Order: sequence, then structure tokens, then C-alpha cells
Amino acid sequence: MSFYEIYNRFKKFDFENYWQRINDAAILKIIAKDRLDYLDYLALLSPKATAFMELIAQKAQQLTVQHFGRTVLLYTPLYLANYCSNHCVYCSFSALNKLPRQKLTLQQVTAEAQAIAATGLRHILILTGESSTHSSTIYIEKCTEVLKKYFNSISIEIHPLDITDYSKLIAAGVDGLTIYQEVYNQAIYQRLHPSGPKKNYHYRLDTPERGCQAKMRAVNIGALLGLADWRKESFFTGLHADYLQNKYLDTEISISVPRIRANLGGFRPEYDVSDRDLVQIILAHRLFMPRAGITVSTRERVELRNNLIKLGVTKMSAGVTTAVGGHAGNGSETGTAQFEISDTRGVPEIRAMLLKSGYQPVFKDWQ
Amino acid sequence: MQDQLIIGDREITNRFFTGTGKHASNDIIPKLIDQSGIEVITVALRRLEVQVKEAGQNVADLNTLQENILNYIPERCLLLPNTSGARNAQEAVRIARLARACNYSNWIKIEVISDHKYLLPDNYETIKATEILAKEGFVVLPYISPDLMVAKALETAGAAAVMPLGAPIGTNQGLKMKALIRILIDEINLPVIVDAGIGRPSEAAEAMEMGAAAVLANTAVATARNPVMMAQAFSLAVQAGRLAYLAGLGETKLVAEASSPLTGFLRGCSKNPC
Repeated sequence: MSFYEIYNRFKKFDFENYWQRINDAAILKIIAKDRLDYLDYLALLSPKATAFMELIAQKAQQLTVQHFGRTVLLYTPLYLANYCSNHCVYCSFSALNKLPRQKLTLQQVTAEAQAIAATGLRHILILTGESSTHSSTIYIEKCTEVLKKYFNSISIEIHPLDITDYSKLIAAGVDGLTIYQEVYNQAIYQRLHPSGPKKNYHYRLDTPERGCQAKMRAVNIGALLGLADWRKESFFTGLHADYLQNKYLDTEISISVPRIRANLGGFRPEYDVSDRDLVQIILAHRLFMPRAGITVSTRERVELRNNLIKLGVTKMSAGVTTAVGGHAGNGSETGTAQFEISDTRGVPEIRAMLLKSGYQPVFKDWQ
Repeated sequence: MQDQLIIGDREITNRFFTGTGKHASNDIIPKLIDQSGIEVITVALRRLEVQVKEAGQNVADLNTLQENILNYIPERCLLLPNTSGARNAQEAVRIARLARACNYSNWIKIEVISDHKYLLPDNYETIKATEILAKEGFVVLPYISPDLMVAKALETAGAAAVMPLGAPIGTNQGLKMKALIRILIDEINLPVIVDAGIGRPSEAAEAMEMGAAAVLANTAVATARNPVMMAQAFSLAVQAGRLAYLAGLGETKLVAEASSPLTGFLRGCSKNPC
């Protein structure tokens, strides 16, 4: 069984009609429930539920504090390479874009690791473009060997792999996998990924599951918000997370809520996702999966990120650069950014902000 | 009255244990410990600095950024490192050995959780880890789902106590597992410490009244509006429950004893022919 079967069950589902039929009393009842089913979750993503945001926020905060405490785990992304054989129309690293391509040498990886480790972060996320030649499993393994001297937890956000390759990376020291479906809507997915290996919707959809099967400690999924109707995309993200958590109890499943940002190709998202929408997504997800982590990246503005902490976010990036070689700050080695970031604060500032908000910044959460 | 709980070579007076997780700031920990006279406190090893990484001074000192919780725990406290985050026996054993290598403690609370949906302990892996660590001389306190056969196996494996959950962790649901925990208390020759799920001081008292050796609660304290006061409330409740247990509770009756019983007319019936 694949998540695709569940996705398919909703092909003929009339979302708009369901949202139309749901009434205030039903929404209030859902907010008061201990355990939400998928239709409850869908109701919380409805336009009508926006009227109950404060009430939902109160519940979301209570659940988050109950299960995670007043703590936020900090991490930062480390871009290893930007070679890419895919054509994702919304991404700067797209194969069609002309930009200086580069890949860090192991010496450069060491320099990046040192620069990050000096900030105190112990959890990192390594990223590459999709290129089986430039960012091969062996290359990632070698980088991991270097990085594990500096960090307690290494997650990857790279092209989808087979179980055997994931197992190799786990053996090398990787413990987490981040893989976004980008867009669950299959028709839109095909339109936005016209060429390259990523064209294969099914292979990508089953990637988080392969990560679970390979025994990743943590698997983080998400949809790039703005590529399709966010209400439906968030619904499928939640269903996907729930599917994985039910099937792979020993893997920690979490979600990210990345809103698409401007980039080199000049892509403009077709679907607007406002701050209010983003908050609704986070809140609905928290009520649906009270124990699942939620990550917010530096795509979001300082002020918004500060406010989101109290609404269910459990993990955030700090001291971020989305360019290859960006941490060591060596001008000539700093490449094009994958996307624009909005919150440019360094680790000390994020740490101070968390403490001020009554939250404990966690730098190390695994040994 | 001398009524100390003895585990390993320690004599423990305050039978309310707590943890360091979920607090907004560590500043609150010493206050909480002092006000309530807490003696046993559990700490997740995964949040502690364990070893200087190979890379040496290039790695920023964790303790200057993520406050070192150990600086907030008075020396008189018994530090109970836990293996939170471990998904199998092997990981739990590795974490316990690291804790000892760092001179944190010879005591270890084994937490093996391979279920991220409910965060229920994996009893099978817990037994395996206990067998290994008890042989290595650790004072092992395994956290379990209450099950008699599992508790017996842990006793045989050399556990120093068993820590059954009162309800799923972090739920504040209370002593939902009461019937099963009572069986452990009756049948196991080890201290039974109720851990997890306890949401209110009254529930902690209830566990103590039925003979639990101690109660551990973290979420209920850490998420209270006033954690210091809540720790105190728990401490007092645990003490009250213990006293009640020692005093011997009166028998519980199914029905009230009516002051005008229906069969009262039969009294003295034999003397006066009816």
C-alpha cells in the first residue's frame, strides 16, 4: 500500500461542498474533541473555521506545551551543492537556470561545519540539488563523515533515494530525512515538474515511506504552499503524516509549512497564502496531530516567526543561508541562493528572542 | 517517623520525583527543588553535553548557549539520567554508558520508546536493556507499561525499581492504570514508582495510598501556571498519600451503613418469640 491509494480516495471528494455544509456548531465540537479524524481536520482547514482562530490557537498552544514543553529546537541548513538535473519551474537551482554551479570539497564542508558549530548549533540539515553524479550517495556519505565530528544530528534534504541508499547514509551518520512532495495535486505536479527524474510523481510520493522503511529516526514532510490550493494541500500533508505515523510508529514524523518565495527564475506563485492562512494551517495540524513536530523556516518574516512560536511550532532554523558555501562566508565560494530568506537573524538573536518569549532554545536534542 | 525509600544505596525521604523537561527556563528548577525538598530529579541525557566533539574548540560550548541544566540542580539531589529518545535496547544501553562515562550518575531511568504516536514504552526492549545494564552495575529504573509478567522479568533482570505509567505520558489523564499498577504493587518485590500521566496532586496521593513507593510527574508541574507551587502541591500530596497508606486506610464499603437498618427488627428476635 502506498499513500497514493489514500490520495486517490479523495479524487472525487467534493471539498467545497464539505466546507459549505460544515457549520459553526460542528467546528466548536471539533475544537473540544480529544482526537480528531481526517474530516475534523479538513473542517479546521475550512474557510468557516477562520472565525474560530483564537479558540483553536488556545487549544493548539495548550497541546504544544503539554507535549513539547516551552522549548524550540534550533537547526540550520547547510547547502553542499546546487547541481540539478530537474526542472522545477519555481526553483532557482532548476537545470534550465544559468547560474554558477558548485559543489563543496570536503575541505570546504569542514569550513562550513566549523562556522556553523561555532554558533553552537548541533542539529543540521544538509541540502543538495538533484544530481546523481555531482551529489552521489558516496559524496553525501563522505560529507556526513566530516559533519558528524561537529554535530549531534544530521538530516538530509536531497533528491529521493532507494531504501538501500538511505540505509548507507544512516550507517554513515544521517538520522533524519526531509522530503517535500512540493505539491500533492498530481496534475499541477506534472505541470511544474516537466522534466528530470522528479517528473515521477509516485516515486517522490513514496520517498518519505522509504525513509521510514530504512529506519530514519525522523521524517519531515511538507507541501510548498502557493503552488496549489493550500487548504487541500495542507489536508493531504496532514493525511500523509498521519499515514506514515500510523504505519511507522518508531519514526518521528513532522511537517514543515514552507511558503514559496521569489527566486532566480522569476516564478510567481499562483495561489496566495496569507499569514492568516499559514496560521490556520499550523493550528489545524497541531489539533490533528498533537505530538507531531512543526518546522518553520526563515522564509518567514521576523515578526511572524516570533508570533508563530506560541502557536505550535517546535523547530526553527537560525543563522540561515540558502547558498552553497554560505556559512563560512568566503565571498568567492558563496553561490546563488536557492530562494530568498526573510529572517536573517543569527543564532544569538534567535536564542535571545526565544528566551524573551518564555521559551527555551534547544541546541542539542539527540546523542 | 523513619519511613525512607531505599533504592540502591540511597535513602530517599521525599517520594515525589520530578523532571527537568518542558520548563520555559531552567531558573525555575532550583526554586522548585528547594521549595518542595525534591531529592530525585530526572534529566534527559540527549539534552546534555556528553563529550567534546572530535573537532575540539571549533565547537561552541553547548553549556553557554543551552543552559547546562546540571548547574541548576543542587548537589544533594540524586540525578537520575534517562534514556529519552532511545528507540531500542541498544540505544538505551549506549546512552546509559555515556551517562556513566561522563560521571553523571550510576543510576539510569530506562526509557525506550518506539512509538511516536502515543509515546508508549517498549517493554520488550526495556527488559533487554535492563538485563545488560544491571549486569554492568547500574542502578536501573525501567519505565514500563504496567504488566505483571514484564515486571517479574525486570525483577529477575536486576532492576532496582519499576516505573509503570499511570496514563500515556504527557496526557495528565491520571491514574488510569490503577488496577494493573495495584497488581504490580502486590506481586513485585521492588519499589513501584508511578511515572507519567499523573495530572493532579490528588492522583499522586491516590497512587501513594495504594502503596506506590513514589510518584514521578513532570508535565503536570512544568506546564502549571506556577510550577514551583505545583511541585509543592505534589510533594505534599505524595506525603499525605504515603501517610494514609502507612496508617492503614479504612475499608471501603459498597453501600452506606444505614442508621435505621431494614433488618433491625430482627435484633434480639431469638429472645422474644416473634
